[in-house]
Amino acid sequence: MTTHLAIFFGIAVIAIATAVSVLASRNAVYSALFLVLNFVTIASLYLLLNAAFIAMVQITVYAGAIMVLFLFVIMLLGDEREEPSSRLKWQAPAAFLMSLALLILFVAALIQGNMGLQQALAGVSEGFGSPASVGRLLFSEYLIPFEVTSVLLLVAMVGAIVLTRPGREDA
Amino acid sequence: MNIPTDYVLALSGILFALGVLGVLIRRDAIVIFMCIELMLNSANVAFIAFARSFGPSGAGLQGHVFVFFVIAVAAAEVAVGLALIVTIFKTKRSIDVDEVSSLRG
Amino acid sequence: MFLTEGAQGLGLFAFAPLIILFPFLGLLINLTIGRKLGEKVVSFIAISAIILAFVIAVLQLLALLGQPIPLGATVPIAEWITVGDFSVSWSMQIDTLSVAMMLMVTSVSALIHIYASGYMHEDVRHQGDTSRFTRFFVYFNLFVAMMMILVTADNYLMMFVGWEGVGLCSYLLIGFWFEKGKDGIGNAIAGKKAFIVNRIGDFGILIAMFLIFWVVGSLRFEDVFNWAHAFGEENVLIISVITMFMLLGVAGKSAQLPLFVWLPDAMAGPTPVSALIHAATMVTAGVYLIVRSSPLYSVTEVTSNIVAIVGTATAFFAATIAVGQSDIKRVLAYSTISQLGFMVAAAGLGAYVAAMFHLITHAFFKALLFLSAGSVIQGIEQGHHDAEHEGAEIEEPFDPQDMRNMGGLRSRMKLTFWVYLIGALALSGFPPLAGFFSKDEILADARIENTGLFLVLLAAAFLTTFYMGRQVLMVFFGKPKTEPAAHAKENPPSMTIPLLILGLLSVIAGALNAPGLHTLTDWLDDTLEHVHVTEFSISVAGLAVIFSTVAVVLAWMIYGRKPMKKGEPDPLRKILGPIYTGMENNWWVDELYQFLFVGPYVKLSQFLADVVDWRFWHDWFHDTVLAKTYRSLSYWLAWTFDLRFIDGIANGLADVTKGAATRLSVLQTGYVRNYALAILAGGLLILSYFIFR
Repeated sequence: MTTHLAIFFGIAVIAIATAVSVLASRNAVYSALFLVLNFVTIASLYLLLNAAFIAMVQITVYAGAIMVLFLFVIMLLGDEREEPSSRLKWQAPAAFLMSLALLILFVAALIQGNMGLQQALAGVSEGFGSPASVGRLLFSEYLIPFEVTSVLLLVAMVGAIVLTRPGREDA
Repeated sequence: MNIPTDYVLALSGILFALGVLGVLIRRDAIVIFMCIELMLNSANVAFIAFARSFGPSGAGLQGHVFVFFVIAVAAAEVAVGLALIVTIFKTKRSIDVDEVSSLRG
Repeated sequence: MFLTEGAQGLGLFAFAPLIILFPFLGLLINLTIGRKLGEKVVSFIAISAIILAFVIAVLQLLALLGQPIPLGATVPIAEWITVGDFSVSWSMQIDTLSVAMMLMVTSVSALIHIYASGYMHEDVRHQGDTSRFTRFFVYFNLFVAMMMILVTADNYLMMFVGWEGVGLCSYLLIGFWFEKGKDGIGNAIAGKKAFIVNRIGDFGILIAMFLIFWVVGSLRFEDVFNWAHAFGEENVLIISVITMFMLLGVAGKSAQLPLFVWLPDAMAGPTPVSALIHAATMVTAGVYLIVRSSPLYSVTEVTSNIVAIVGTATAFFAATIAVGQSDIKRVLAYSTISQLGFMVAAAGLGAYVAAMFHLITHAFFKALLFLSAGSVIQGIEQGHHDAEHEGAEIEEPFDPQDMRNMGGLRSRMKLTFWVYLIGALALSGFPPLAGFFSKDEILADARIENTGLFLVLLAAAFLTTFYMGRQVLMVFFGKPKTEPAAHAKENPPSMTIPLLILGLLSVIAGALNAPGLHTLTDWLDDTLEHVHVTEFSISVAGLAVIFSTVAVVLAWMIYGRKPMKKGEPDPLRKILGPIYTGMENNWWVDELYQFLFVGPYVKLSQFLADVVDWRFWHDWFHDTVLAKTYRSLSYWLAWTFDLRFIDGIANGLADVTKGAATRLSVLQTGYVRNYALAILAGGLLILSYFIFR
């Protein structure tokens, strides 16, 4: 057991724990905070996997912007605690079963896939996963998706504004 | 840094299953949304794992690029989705998804 | 048409078709616009049509006389049937025999038409329906047209057309007052009887025609008679059969034994009808048929003998019945049957000329007698009317035709009396009136051919004179037996003038074939064969006259010396007893036929109608079998099949769909989370498929 493997297992446990907490929290704010923790954990996993740029992007955008947005909305809409549903009694057991089945399927796919990924991984170059290398790819091969994504962001912004505009009563 | 890719993929799978469970169980619309982000995130983990395993060969960094785009799209989606939830809240005064059941029958 | 194509070479003969056309025109005009024209115009049109026909007949006579040998001509009118070997055309055969008939029929018809115009004027008022005047003359003209077709036909089938046509007119005219008569239907029944009995005769002629065609291959007279000349001797049997069947037809139309029963009942028709149809013209068609078919009859001894026997028997039989009748027209009816028997007997004996001679003279004086009888009846009815007005007592119901109600009319209806007397004397065969010559020629021929028949005919002649004398004495002599008779009046000239003309003809017509002159014999010789000159036999003539005189004296002794009073039985009853009863009831022939034929037949048709047709066919078969089956079938189809089964299918489908929908709608909970669960489930299925493939 190398140190990297031990660290990996530690990160994995924390990630799963925080994910479960997201599910199990009665309070929406707690769920959001646990999710932030989850994202940070995943970011450190990225670092472990030589994805430095992405790790940073994850923290900046995901944990920093998206989750903050989430928290804004939670605050806006009020703190509500959920009671267990009385109407859909069978939903929860069925959901557990199905998720379990999904998990089993994933494991079966993994085993069956047998992609031979257990062997030792090759070493990577120095600049693997650096902003420069990703950026090089972004601006050459994936330029158009990059530009389109910027338009997408614009559209999303406009959409969000339009949706939340106060309705025109004077029509 | 020799983490077997299978283990990372297993983690990704677990996270995804948890996300699914969360979507099905929780009644709060915002929490459901968060679980969806969790699912997206697990997919990102899988991408990075593959990028690392393909590493020095050409396909390696493409995984990163893909994750980049996924994050960007996730951000846009959250913006619009939350705006929708806010709008619905203005009418229904509740974010319980069980309240939007008028299409029953 | 006939005037252009065939006119070349035909000369006056080309006018022959007009003899049929004029009466048809007359009847068509009267039929279509007669109602609006009024009685005088209608009768004028009808009478002129017949007079024109008579003119045409005279033209034909002239045409014949214009020929060196009067062989006549054939005037074609139209093609009728042409089927394979069988072809019948409508052509007129104008020869001496047909011209003789044409002249007689048109002249007598014209006179009777004139008489009828006056008679029917009174009669429609007496019976109470003046609108029927036109109809009478339509029928009358139709009759003459049909008779002309009969007489001028050149083949058996065309003649049969006329034969049937005159039968039809007879039916129509007998039942002219169809709602009157005994029990309000008697006239109609008389017409029906005439038609049906005639039909039996027609059956005979049809069979004869079929046989002729079968053997000869054609129905034209010329062809048939040529064949008879060439092959007659070898085919005596078939010719005998043919002529026997023809005799059946003659017996029907000319009222011989055993089919004479319709003629007395036919007196139910108005008097001009009796005069024209049942005395002078239609009934002579049978005699004409035999005379026309003489080439056939002269070949077969057997049939000719039978014809003669039938004729003689009829003559005697009918004469006996005439003696016992008390209805003035019935006496004349049976007299007609008797005289027709004379003619038929003559034809059977081979004396065709004598038969034709008597036919012509008989037409004149029998028409005269009938018309005068009509005059008498009219006078009595007039007297009845007047007597009622004066308030005299009259027994009802009053029969103006009963001779026992008459008497003493000699002084009240002078003209009628004189012409009647002439007619009676002519009929009885007193010289120098027409009947003497014609009847004596028959008697003379009979004596030569067959003594037995001669004696019977002589007896019939005796009876003839007797019953005529009885009639004259009962009607005209003595005192009036009833009030109406006492008030009787003479009739207007429209009725009396034809009587005078006919009387004249009755006197002079003997000249047609007077001994020594033999005009008719020579005339007919050109058309018929086997025409022999009958020498005038003074012994026969004298014998006949003596017999007649004895009969007159006898009649006077019984009826003249002590005239019957009203209510007294006929003196003959005392003398002859049961024989008189037989005579009075026409020897119960009608009752016999009723028992043998009519009764069972009526019962059979009633059975067929009531039981077979109505009860079985209609009630049972239609109602029970057909209708009920159909009804139950449609009931079953409607309720069980359609309603339950088919509707069940349709409704069932709908119910199944509804049930499925209701059950499936459970899935639509409306909860998003449930839908998400479903998506996951589907996704799991697909994943597992891919993984475990």
